Formats: sequence, C-alpha cells, structure tokens
Amino acid sequence: MSPVRQQTDELPAGLLERHQRGDAAGLVDLLHDIQAHFRYLPRPALEAAAAYLELPVTRVFEVATFYEGFHLKPRGEHVCTVCMGTACHVRGSQRVLEQLERDLSIASGQTTPDGKFTLEEVNCVGACALGPLLIVDGQFQGNMTPARASRLVGKLGKRG
Amino acid sequence: MVRLKNSKQLQQLHRQLAAARPAGRPAVAVCGGTGCQAQGSLSLSDAFRRELKKRRLSKKVELRLTGCHGFCERGPLVLVFPQGVLYQRVKAKDVAEIVERTLKKGEIVERLLYQDPQTGKRIAREADIPFYRHQQRLVLKDNGHLDPTSINDYIAIGGYQALAKALKMGPAGVLDEVEASGLRGRGGAGFPTGRKWRICGSTPADTRYLVCNADEGDPGAFMDRSVLEGNPHSVIEGMLIGALAIGAGQGFVYVRQEYPLAVERLELALEHARAYGLLGAGVLGSSLEFDVTIKRGGGAFVCGEESALIASIEGRRGVPRRRPPYPAQQGLFGRPTCINNVETWANVPHVIKRGAKWFSAIGTAGSKGTKIFSLVGKVHNTGLVEVPMGISLRRIVFDIGGGIPGGKQFKAVQTGGPSGGCLPESKLDTPVDFDTLVAEGAMMGSGGMIVMDSSTCMVDVARYFTNFLKFESCGNCTSCRDGLIHMHRLLEKLCAGTAAPDTLERIESLAETIRRTSLCALGTTAVNPVLSTLRHFREEFVAHLEEKRCPAGVCKELITFTIDADKCTGCTLCAKNCPQDAIRGRKKKPHTIEQDKCIKCGICRDVCQYGAVLVK
Repeated sequence: MSPVRQQTDELPAGLLERHQRGDAAGLVDLLHDIQAHFRYLPRPALEAAAAYLELPVTRVFEVATFYEGFHLKPRGEHVCTVCMGTACHVRGSQRVLEQLERDLSIASGQTTPDGKFTLEEVNCVGACALGPLLIVDGQFQGNMTPARASRLVGKLGKRG
Repeated sequence: MVRLKNSKQLQQLHRQLAAARPAGRPAVAVCGGTGCQAQGSLSLSDAFRRELKKRRLSKKVELRLTGCHGFCERGPLVLVFPQGVLYQRVKAKDVAEIVERTLKKGEIVERLLYQDPQTGKRIAREADIPFYRHQQRLVLKDNGHLDPTSINDYIAIGGYQALAKALKMGPAGVLDEVEASGLRGRGGAGFPTGRKWRICGSTPADTRYLVCNADEGDPGAFMDRSVLEGNPHSVIEGMLIGALAIGAGQGFVYVRQEYPLAVERLELALEHARAYGLLGAGVLGSSLEFDVTIKRGGGAFVCGEESALIASIEGRRGVPRRRPPYPAQQGLFGRPTCINNVETWANVPHVIKRGAKWFSAIGTAGSKGTKIFSLVGKVHNTGLVEVPMGISLRRIVFDIGGGIPGGKQFKAVQTGGPSGGCLPESKLDTPVDFDTLVAEGAMMGSGGMIVMDSSTCMVDVARYFTNFLKFESCGNCTSCRDGLIHMHRLLEKLCAGTAAPDTLERIESLAETIRRTSLCALGTTAVNPVLSTLRHFREEFVAHLEEKRCPAGVCKELITFTIDADKCTGCTLCAKNCPQDAIRGRKKKPHTIEQDKCIKCGICRDVCQYGAVLVK
C-alpha cells in the first residue's frame, strides 16, 4: 500500500530542480515525478510546472489530459486495476471488473465516496500469461476470478 | 569498476570473469521476471539465499535472480545447474529439499518437475520440455542464465564483444553487414533495418539520434519487456553498434510507464556501462561518443507509432504527423532519427558477432532470423516463445503451446494486436513471417499471439478491439476518431441482438472509409480485427444478426443461465455465491435460477463443481 500523502498542494523542495528549467521536452518526465509524489496531478503543481518549464498552462493541461497514465483527481487509498489486455479479456477479465463494480458500488474509473478505493482499467501490463490479472496497490494477482477478486477487496476494506 | 580503455582490456575482463564461472559449477537461477515475481519468486530467491548460507554453500553455489525464462504459466521457475533441471511452481517450502537433494546429492525432486499434459511423463531438463525443445532461442537465450543487474554476467558470456568487433569493422562495414543479414524491424512493419540505418546515416545533419521503441502497447505482447528486464545490456550494445554505423551521439529508450521494473533494470545497466566506459566519450578508447537517456511514456497506445513517439519525447501530446519526411530523414528535434524496437536492437549484436551469413541462414527468403511471440490465451503452455521465421502456426500452438486446455476445440489465433487479425483452424499451416501473415489479413505485429477456443465469441473479440482502439485513437483524424465510435456501436448492437439487417454491409463500408482516410497506422489498420473475423467467422456474425444467438455463449443479452436438474446435487454453493440472490432451491435438491433477477455474471458456473450450470 502506498502511503497517503499529506493534503497539501505544495511541491516538495528540489522536485522541479531535478529537471532543466525551460526544457519543454522534459514535461512528461516532470509530470511523472509530480504524480509520484501526490499520486495525482493537483492544479497548483501543474501551474508551477508550467512556470518552471516556461510553457503556457494550457499546454501542460493538454499533455496531462492526453495520457492515460496521468490523473487529475485524487485517487483512493487503495487502487484496484483490472488488466483489460486481449489475453486477460479472452479469459474473462470483464467479469472481474463487473464484480468489483458491484462490490464497490462504483463504475470503472471512479473512487468510492469514502476515498478508500479507486477502480481502474489498464490496457495491458504485459503479464499476459497470468491473465486475468488484477493489480491491487501495485501487486500483481494472477489467474483472477470474480469470486477471488471479491474476497481480496473485501479483506482490504475490513483492514481499513 | 575500472574504465575499460580499449577492446583488449574488455577481452581480459571477459576471460577473467568467464574463468570464475566454469561450465560445471553448481548454480541456482530463480526467474525474476514480472510474471514469476507476481507468483512470489523474490521471496523464493531469499529462501534460497538463507538456505545456502545455513548450509555454508554460499561460496560454492552461485545464486542468480535472472530475467524472464518465458514459461510464465508454470512459474515461479527455478533452474538448477550444472544439470539444467527445471523446477516449476516452486514454493519457499521446497527450497530445503532442492538444496539437499539436487545441489548436494545430484538427485531430482520428481514432484516439482514439469509434467507433459499429453503423455503424463515428468521431464527433468529444461531443454527436453516440448515448450523449450521446439524453440530456437537467440535473443532470449541468455535470459535464464544472466543476472540482469550485473554487467559482469553479460561480459562473462561474451557481452560487448560485438561492439568491439564493430569498432574494428567501422561504420561502413557494420552497415554492409546489417543490410546483408536481411534483418527487418521487429516492431510490426518489418522495414529492413540496414536500409533504415543507411537512410538515416546518409542524411546530412549536425547531429543524429537513435531511439529504442519500448512502448510495447499491443495488448497480449510482452517480449520487449522481458528482453529489457532480462538482458538490458543486449539492447544497449545493439544501440551502440547502431550509433557507430549511423553517426549518432545520443540515444533514447522510450519505455511504457506500465513497465517500472524495465526502467529500473535499464537505469542500472546504463550506469554500469558508463562506469566501464562503454557509454560516454571515447567508447573503448575509440572516437565513438554515445549515451542513452530513458524517457517514460504516459500511457498512450498511439505512441508506439514513430511520429507520435517523437512528439511524446519532445514533451507534447502523442499525435502522429504526416510522413514523409520519415524520422530517418527528419525526426526528433528535426534531426535524422533512427527508431527501432527493443527486439530489433537486441538482434544487432548477434548479427555482428556471428555474421550476416549465419544470421540469414535462419528463417525464410523474405524474413530472416527468429521472432519472439507471446503465446497466451486459451493454450496450455503460455509464455514467451522464440522460433525461426517461417514456422507454422500449428507448430507454435500445438507443439510448443501444447494445444487447448479443458478438452475444448481450437477456434482462432489472433496475431498482430489491434492492427492484426484472427486466423481460423484452416489457416493453421500458414508459415509465420512478415509477408504471409499480411496476405492472410493478419500481421506479425510485435508478436502477440492470442489463442482462442470454442468459448470465445468472435463478434465479442471484434467489439473488444474496436473498443480498445476507440479509446486509444488520438482524435486527430475524424474517420478514426468518430468512425471507430460508430463501428463500436454497430458491434455492440450485434452483441445485444438489436442490429439492423444491413449491419454487416455497413460495417464493411465503414471499415473501408476508416482504412482509406486515416493518417497513421493506428487508423488504417484499426479495422483489421473486424474485417478478419468477419472474413473467417461470418457465420458467427450472421447467428448474432439473424438468429439473435451467440454460439460461444459470451454475449450477455443473447444467453440464459439454467441449472441442469440431473447434474445438480443441491450443494447450495451457487446460491451462496450468487450476488443477486437469484438462485432458489433446498439443500440436496436441484436448484433453479430466477431469470428476472439473473445478471449473467457467470459466478454460478465458476463455482459449480458438477458442471450443472448451462449457458444457452
């Protein structure tokens, strides 16, 4: 489980400075670093990134919204990602996703109101031989079934 | 680490390292690929370390956490040398027994061996297992033997010798050799590598760039990840040879953000190569100056397309542009840029080391060398397989893959990812090479090979790929952006049994428009999965359209779940697991499903131990 970051939008010291000032080509890398810290991209951080790279804020948002890997909203304490790659699909990943949607009462891409779980899809993480794959907080869980997914997430919910 | 001043010092280091690990030395290689790690191989490796220490064998037996061995289905995998015994599905509690019996006494632990599903026989040596025996491993050969975090392991087995040889041959010699080898790009399009290098190298410029495309976006393909994770130096060595041939000073590896372990391993490998003076100014005392930077992607499938990839490295949205000019002429930051994929770069050291003549003896007239496929889906032995070009699909699926599990029938094999197509049983003898697959309406792509059985619905597969591409379309061309949305809608209606009678004709005409009017390969090939399934499995589309029936029992709106009263024992397991509370029945009496409550989630079928849940 990744630690919950402090609810502050301030960038940690030195994060920007790891990148070259005014280097537009470093934008994607910088966004990755910001997200690694906050687990999403808060607006003030994006504005700071724009100023540092000497880019219009629109350009930073354009890039941040284009790539699937970036999140503009805070994510839950636990992130459950269902792999929807072809190999996982033919082995029934859709049913795993639907089970979790029912269990958590949210649709894919949403976070539970208590901020505990985020449910996401990914298009393939390249662990195809183990499909269907569920990734819980970065841990790969192979040969998933709806029933097992239910138990796994249920346990996490109880542990808090 | 001491900087290597010239090729001679590299040779000395190689001899010294090779002597320290003689062929007969006992060793344990635990697979540390992403698949085996997910199954607990890291703690397994720790268990071996503790056990060896406890028995004072740490000095005598070498323990290595290696890259992917490829046989992911049977992981975690452990190879024991010198016998070459492969143990599969190994748990930490098995470690003491392996050390005691195999490493100390040379015996074999029968129960951990692979069992051939056809003959029932247990097989001890990795090389004798059908999954490995029918392969011809070149790029993947060293994956199971190397610690990917150790540059010394790579140098010990002759790593960077091809670079030393290339420096002696000079740029012109290297170009001739790569061109003569017939090596073609492994990323999908199959463009001749030598010709691309020549175009890039002969375009006048103040500087040139090299890019390694590791944005392995095809769902179902993971060979590039395994090469980067298991043998990162082979890619770096390939890029160094390319840099020499083309005259490039800077290289980039563009890695998908979904592959954090690959990034980690590559970062370490680059650091070690720099320390040895294999990267940077004056490589091995020559005038070659070259270094490599890692660029992480943002999670966009389209960035596998080369002009979109360039946009992404430049820090912009990954939107493709018109070609020509091709990147080899005008690419990254406006300079000539040579882009090859991971597997292509990893082939280059082999071409140089063993020569074009040797390399071009493998494969077919138009496709030389080997190709790695990820064999996944409804097949016994899933994992990575490397085979000579020209081998038939049947040999891959049945000889290497061991056929279809659960006594089901083979239905189709999907190659080439979202740009490729599905081939039916009648095409199983098709030789696998760049040109033949395209002629059959599929393509090699980066090498995903997804096997489908009688329980896979081909209309659903077409819908799946269209949905994938609909999301991944960058939105630049109307025909791709809106056309795929409309295509998806047509397929959804087919799956729901609400399609208009002329749907198949509309699909075909829309497909033609998307193919002809999209800018990049994502759009022009996006209709392949639809057209190929329609071509080879038309009767299944017709069943959905006219009879409102899904023969494979997949499309929810067209199926019903019932319980076979003769088979049901009344164990109540299904009723307990039903999320809708839709199953009724008394203990030890046949159960029934209330159709108005049933959401067709299929959990009852999963949990039933008597095969009593039927789908019609």
